[in-house]
Amino acid sequence: MTATTGSAAGGRDKLPHYVSTAPFDPYSVERMTAEQERYYLASQWKMMWWKLKRHRLAVISGAILLVMYASILFSEILAPYNLHSRFTDYIYAPPQRVHLFHDGSFVGPFVYGFHYSLDMDNLARIYTPRDGKTVPPGLQAPPAAEIQKLRFFCRGDPYEYMGLVSGSLHLVCPAENGTMFLFGTDRLGRDMFSRIVIGTRISLTVGLIGVSISFLLGIIIGGFAGYYGGWVDIIVQRVIEVLRSLPELPLWLALSAALPVNWSPILIYFGITIILGLLDWTGLARAVRSKLLSLREEDFCTAAQLMGASPKRIIGRHLLPSFMSHLIASATLRIPSMILGETALSFLGLGLRPPITSWGVLLNEAQNINVVVLYPWLMLPVLPVVIMVLSFNFFGDGLRDAADPYK
Amino acid sequence: MLGYLVHRLLIMIPTLLAISALTFIIIQLPPGDYLETYISELESQGENIDPEKIQQIREQYGLDQPMIVQYLYWLGGLLKGDMGFSFEYSLPVSQIVGDRLLLTFIVTLATVLFTYIVAFPIGVYSATRQYSWGDYGLTFLGFLGLATPNFLLALVLLYLFNRYFGISIGGLMEPEFVDQPWSAAKLVSVLQHLMVPVLVIGTAGTAGMIRRLRANLLDELQKQYVVTGRAKGLPPIKLLLKYPLRMSLNPFISDIGDLLPELVSGSVIVSVVMSLPTTGPMLLSALRSQDMYLAGSFLMFLALLTVVGMFISDLALAALDPRIRLHGGATK
Repeated sequence: MTATTGSAAGGRDKLPHYVSTAPFDPYSVERMTAEQERYYLASQWKMMWWKLKRHRLAVISGAILLVMYASILFSEILAPYNLHSRFTDYIYAPPQRVHLFHDGSFVGPFVYGFHYSLDMDNLARIYTPRDGKTVPPGLQAPPAAEIQKLRFFCRGDPYEYMGLVSGSLHLVCPAENGTMFLFGTDRLGRDMFSRIVIGTRISLTVGLIGVSISFLLGIIIGGFAGYYGGWVDIIVQRVIEVLRSLPELPLWLALSAALPVNWSPILIYFGITIILGLLDWTGLARAVRSKLLSLREEDFCTAAQLMGASPKRIIGRHLLPSFMSHLIASATLRIPSMILGETALSFLGLGLRPPITSWGVLLNEAQNINVVVLYPWLMLPVLPVVIMVLSFNFFGDGLRDAADPYK
Repeated sequence: MLGYLVHRLLIMIPTLLAISALTFIIIQLPPGDYLETYISELESQGENIDPEKIQQIREQYGLDQPMIVQYLYWLGGLLKGDMGFSFEYSLPVSQIVGDRLLLTFIVTLATVLFTYIVAFPIGVYSATRQYSWGDYGLTFLGFLGLATPNFLLALVLLYLFNRYFGISIGGLMEPEFVDQPWSAAKLVSVLQHLMVPVLVIGTAGTAGMIRRLRANLLDELQKQYVVTGRAKGLPPIKLLLKYPLRMSLNPFISDIGDLLPELVSGSVIVSVVMSLPTTGPMLLSALRSQDMYLAGSFLMFLALLTVVGMFISDLALAALDPRIRLHGGATK
């Protein structure tokens, strides 16, 4: 303002109160690019997703987990045989390899038939593929090659899908009167591959149900301890300390030994999952408690209190969502130990019982050292166990890193 | 320091009491008791049992008393070093377990040492060479050890060691040394046989240990004092050993609280597979036959092993880090 302008002739007069009617644009000073805007306005979950995507290993692991879990919806279709189909002519048969070429010409996916002979010295069954080259012991020349072409989307062993709908469609079946034992057969002549595929259903759900139980217990107990504090907190802390100082496996063993013998296998299944979840909530409860204690003091919490929000609303709407992602990540990291726990229990014969079939129940057959030497394919159920545990670990790690997108 | 020690010792008492109560409840959980199993076994063999005799046995072992009385009886015995009576073997528990507790202790101790010896250099290497091929490879190897079920690894290694080193399968010593007094040859045999179980049980804990040491060291390496040291021209090795490594050692020791239960769990299943003369196989058979005092004593011993281990780790931590002593207890 200069002294020569006429409008302010009064000198000490107040300016009239002025409000601009033009729409207010808060970004007029610093214009954001579309990219920046997308980033700053993104929700928490969206940012987690972006961050997770950058973690290559976690994404691959997540995809593997997704495929494995999707497979349990179609186990019966994916498996070429039934859980209990027996082939008494093929006991302890080794895995058959899938070939595409025979004698240099393309045939399509096929397996060679087996030539069976019995070693009269040590009564061992000897299976040799009839590929026109391998000479079985006792014969002078190789038997004629036998090519068994695989069929796809075919009718095979009938099954009850999920115990409700009966069907017989399979993704892949052996040739008519042929065999297809991709992972060999066990002592009763049952196809290991089919059993592993169908066992996936049990093994994977054990972890999920168990973790849900421990998740629920952890949130409730940890929430009580963190919110009420005082003696509730002290008692909960003591209980957690006691439970954590106990070695898990012996406790699991003792508890599953306590399951009544006359329970049906399905009840045992639920019993085992509950046992696995029952002892596992301590870590989560601890995390919930400490997070609640520290977040309670944050400004946004005080603000909510001042605005008159009820404790229920503060916990449910403000506190829990702010560390839910963390909780989910740590829960993911707990699943593998449950899968391994179930495997160990079933291996020792205190876990699931046939006819319920899980990877642990299958591994129960691989209990002695003879298996390692004579029938190593009976140890194959360990393959999905290792894959699942690794995937869960890598995925959970990535999730945990992504859970804090503002870092 | 003395005050802390006393405080820590006092806390152990209610913890152990709670553990003993929990253990007792668990071993009581199965419906029926050993006598019922025993009676039905005898009946199935066509033998007649005098009901009066049964009643007599029941009274003798206090099985007719209410649970709380039985518990107090058992607890009182434990305090005097009397671990109760094994029904299956018809012997006092302390006579059966004999060397087993000692051997369990040896296996666990050896595994802890193994875990430290392996995890320490790998963790330091992974942290100082972050994102190198060595880091990725070693981390993956650690994860693989974590993901492979112990019992299967034990089986395969047993076979390999037998095939290539000629170490007998199963047991913790060559058969000719069993029931022999301790000698140098026996010790060597035990050490040879310890390799597989220690390797197998150790794999699970090692992965976690490597990961934690790596994370801790990485945190420390980014701090200002490291930059200052480097700027002043300290040799890299000396700089690493003198400050950041010492700082990151702290969680290394406190982690034993997480490590011990893991190792004890692992040792149970591995010793069942390898039929080691430790607590594992006998615990399993005792649980199956409802030999409750035998099972209870084993569970108590395993829990005691972890609780005392944690106590020692807390003491070591307090000795190393004055900040913890000042807070008078809670380390977590």
